[in-house]
Amino acid sequence: MSIITVERKVLEKNDQIAERNRRFFRDRGIFVLNLVSSPGAGKTSILERTFERMRDGCRMAVIEGDVQTDLDAQRVAQYQVPVVQIVTMGGFHLEAGLVADAMDKLDLERTDLLFIENVGNLVCPSGYDLGEALKVVVLSTTEGDDKPLKYPAMFRNASVLIINKTDLIPYVNCRLDVLRGNALKINPDLRVFEISCQTGAGIDAWCEWLGGKGARGQ
Amino acid sequence: MHELGIAQNILDIVRQSVPGHLAPDIRKIRIRVGQFAGVIPDSLDFCFGVMAGESEMKQAALLIEEVPTACRCRDCGRDFTMEEWVFLCPRCGGADLEVISGKELEVVDIELVDHGGEA
Repeated sequence: MSIITVERKVLEKNDQIAERNRRFFRDRGIFVLNLVSSPGAGKTSILERTFERMRDGCRMAVIEGDVQTDLDAQRVAQYQVPVVQIVTMGGFHLEAGLVADAMDKLDLERTDLLFIENVGNLVCPSGYDLGEALKVVVLSTTEGDDKPLKYPAMFRNASVLIINKTDLIPYVNCRLDVLRGNALKINPDLRVFEISCQTGAGIDAWCEWLGGKGARGQ
Repeated sequence: MHELGIAQNILDIVRQSVPGHLAPDIRKIRIRVGQFAGVIPDSLDFCFGVMAGESEMKQAALLIEEVPTACRCRDCGRDFTMEEWVFLCPRCGGADLEVISGKELEVVDIELVDHGGEA
């Protein structure tokens, strides 16, 4: 038997492209968020509420990732926000190369804030760097308060947790303090926002932070 | 189920590391998978088996080395292996932790069968 030593990262190609994306964003002062969640947690609804509040003072753009359809891109386009849809045709996550292709189709010279809405999945996207400044994980109250413990990698790698659908708390088996506690056990540095896209509660606090210097680590 | 894509990446790295005519001699590919890498070892093993079986390296098997999650406390300096998903130092209760292992996803080495020293 003979042994060939390799010692290479399996995702090195993705990481290299992600680093190139990150340099591109940094050079142009574009603030980029990677939104991750399970399907139906409300990522697109959060974007819609964010557009309503912020579109006057901030140039935004969106890269949408979905397994099938451009339904989310259609929703975003109604707000006159530039959007590119990536259809992964079965892939459960976005990769840095797909994002780089989508970047070519946007006028990023005229963008302050870019949202990358990842494919709905709490496992697969956690290992793939896209070149974003921050990962934002969205969890809705209907999913239960134990999810941070079940999907720790996603919550550990994120900088922000948005708890959505707080208006449904009276009807579902989810304790907000337990959910928050579980998330902070996995990642004590998480910044937590509690919102309802339905009633609009908490959206102002989220947008205020997003538009301010704190989000950019300044 | 992103393990299929990861298996493809592993095959690509192996192809770049071993000359093509030696591919049928590959027996083992050792990889390191951190507990925190978001990869299910059984699922990766299954995906790799399917893909290798249809490739030029039909007899290659994955040897998966699982790496536990370990942290270092930046407050008191304690290193510890994480038993449950609680990111708090067991000695001082500090939350300022550096993850020192558990995120690995690496191809370590490749084992090939020899044919008596001929070129």
